Amino acid sequence: MSKKLLLKHDHEPGIQTYEVYRKHGGYASVEKALRTMTPEAVVEEVKKSGLRGRGGAGFPTGMKWSFLAKPEGVPRYLVCNADESEPGTFKDRYLMSRIPHFLIEGMITSSFALGAKTSYIYVRGEYYYVIAILEKAIKEAYAAGWLGKNILGTGFDHDMYVQPGGGAYICGEETALLESLEGKRGNPRIKPPFPAVKGLWGCPTVVNNVETIAAVVPIVNDGGEAYAAIGIGKSTGTKLISASGHINKPGVYEIELGLPVEEFINSEEYCGGVWKGRKLKAVVAGGSSVPVLPADLIMKTAAGEPRLMSYESLADGGFASGTMLGSGGFIVMDETASVVKNLWTFARFYHHESCGQCSPCREGTGWMEKVLHKIVHGHGEMKDIDLLWDLQRKIEGNTICPLGDAAAWPVASAIRHFRSEFEEMINSHAVEHA
Amino acid sequence: MENKVQFKPETLALAKEIMGRYPEGKQKSALLPLLHLAQAEFNGWLDVPVMDMVAEVIGIQSIEVYEVASFYSMYNLKPVGNCLLEICRTSSCWLRGAEDIVSHLENKLGIKEGETTPDGMFTIKTVECLGSCGTAPMMQCGAQFHENLDTEKVDSILDKLRADGKRTNYFDAVVVKEY
Ligand SMILES: Cc1cc2nc3c(=O)[nH]c(=O)nc-3n(C[C@H](O)[C@H](O)[C@H](O)COP(=O)(O)O)c2cc1C
Ligand code: SF4
Ligand code: FES
Repeated sequence: MSKKLLLKHDHEPGIQTYEVYRKHGGYASVEKALRTMTPEAVVEEVKKSGLRGRGGAGFPTGMKWSFLAKPEGVPRYLVCNADESEPGTFKDRYLMSRIPHFLIEGMITSSFALGAKTSYIYVRGEYYYVIAILEKAIKEAYAAGWLGKNILGTGFDHDMYVQPGGGAYICGEETALLESLEGKRGNPRIKPPFPAVKGLWGCPTVVNNVETIAAVVPIVNDGGEAYAAIGIGKSTGTKLISASGHINKPGVYEIELGLPVEEFINSEEYCGGVWKGRKLKAVVAGGSSVPVLPADLIMKTAAGEPRLMSYESLADGGFASGTMLGSGGFIVMDETASVVKNLWTFARFYHHESCGQCSPCREGTGWMEKVLHKIVHGHGEMKDIDLLWDLQRKIEGNTICPLGDAAAWPVASAIRHFRSEFEEMINSHAVEHA
Repeated sequence: MENKVQFKPETLALAKEIMGRYPEGKQKSALLPLLHLAQAEFNGWLDVPVMDMVAEVIGIQSIEVYEVASFYSMYNLKPVGNCLLEICRTSSCWLRGAEDIVSHLENKLGIKEGETTPDGMFTIKTVECLGSCGTAPMMQCGAQFHENLDTEKVDSILDKLRADGKRTNYFDAVVVKEY
């Protein structure tokens, strides 16, 4: 049933090494692209594939690539976003540590398409051991002639480096990442100009997620149309889902987009059901930033259709009854979990991670954390719920980068769908205090 | 001054190699990697003379280094214990018992979150999601991710770290696990 494009060989013993990776068809996309295709033709295949960015925003990759400015004599860069700090998301770590050459192959093929002679993989600093794995694999790729000067005798030169971050969620935002890669604080830039025009050191730059770049490998190998035939509607291809929380089998799963959510949660092939035989209460389907949904709305849309793991189906109903696929960080809560306490961990996270440039985000996230702390620790009042609602409204849409929205949405959705849980928590403590 | 802070020759060579990864004139890009090297070499934290030395190696102002070091959570601006225990406190880990792990550590070591044991061996720090949510609860110590924690597992990790008696850092060679 499951269609695998990225994790076909992840369990192969020794797949981390060049020899084994190569034996399983590794680097074929580089051979095909460099020997038989023009850069434009590669971009065309990516467009045809319908691939959308896997970092969270879901922007069409082929379109992003075609925006890349190409002024004479100015270098262009490909930067891989391996900052992976969105709570609930750990798929990039799995892919990079398990099959490092897959990312490197995708980086070379993509760099050829973009005309980038240098690329950087920006990895969150906490993943230092993953950096070591990638650096070893890059060394092997140089030794085997896939990197360096005149690759495969085609005249294409390429150098690749891994860059560690310093511990900051905001550096996953692409312009903050570029600032960080330039050796500065990770303050997001005001856009425009977009990185495609002025990116790394002011040069045209494409920033893509690890999984997006990896997906270029099967797209080039099998053709964009074959990729587009997988999935459903505008959600083409496969997606890596990081499943965590109260399930029997947490882990990284590659799914064909369009898989019913119910099957994903309950099937033995994936999450294996809610743990301890308990009932499902709520799901955060796409990483901490997306709206939380109660059990009934994650299984079925408001119209009663089965909810599918796709960009469109998860968003069905807008924020009133839907959510987003986001980064694919699928966090499950059982009937014993407190949605309010979980929300407090998110609020603390966003407050900790705000870069502090915009006052609605800097002040608002701090305030939301404080109010939630108060509620969770037994000192909440009913008016705090309205205060929280008001705070998130004042942040959303009023900031330089989307971290502000990301902090607001979990709060809004928790109040929307679980207001009674806030009230119960506040009431039960009021009784205790009396 | 004779006892001026300096990288060991082999670290300096690595620092120069890293600075060569960027185009001419863009060597400031090496700042984050070099701060990691410096922290590992100078007792797990960045004292002012250490940051000044990094500024000099790269050829930038000291203030540019301070401003970066204070922005990122992995750089310690105060001394820390030999083993910095970084426990994830975010959603997925919290849902699977991170709070119990923190209180177990606090009881066992007799210190609170943010503190260091009197013998300088351990510091407890709670951190945000480390990308290990599927193997929650978890903590990081040096390069190593300790996953699927329970109290017994924590005890044996502490025993091992104590027996090793070494300072852990992000560059420690990690036995790459087979999945
Ligand atoms: C606060 C914030 C954090 C982000 N974190 C990440 C991240 O860790 N990894 C990632 O790939 N994209 C992240 N993004 C999205 C990036 O800005 C960008 O859209 C993405 O890297 C583009 O790659 P893609 O088109 O391949 O998805 C984040 C965005 C924001 C606003
Ligand atoms: S929204 Fe928050 S994180 Fe984004 S630029 Fe503003 S203050 Fe920084
Ligand atoms: S929530 Fe703890 S590692 Fe992600």
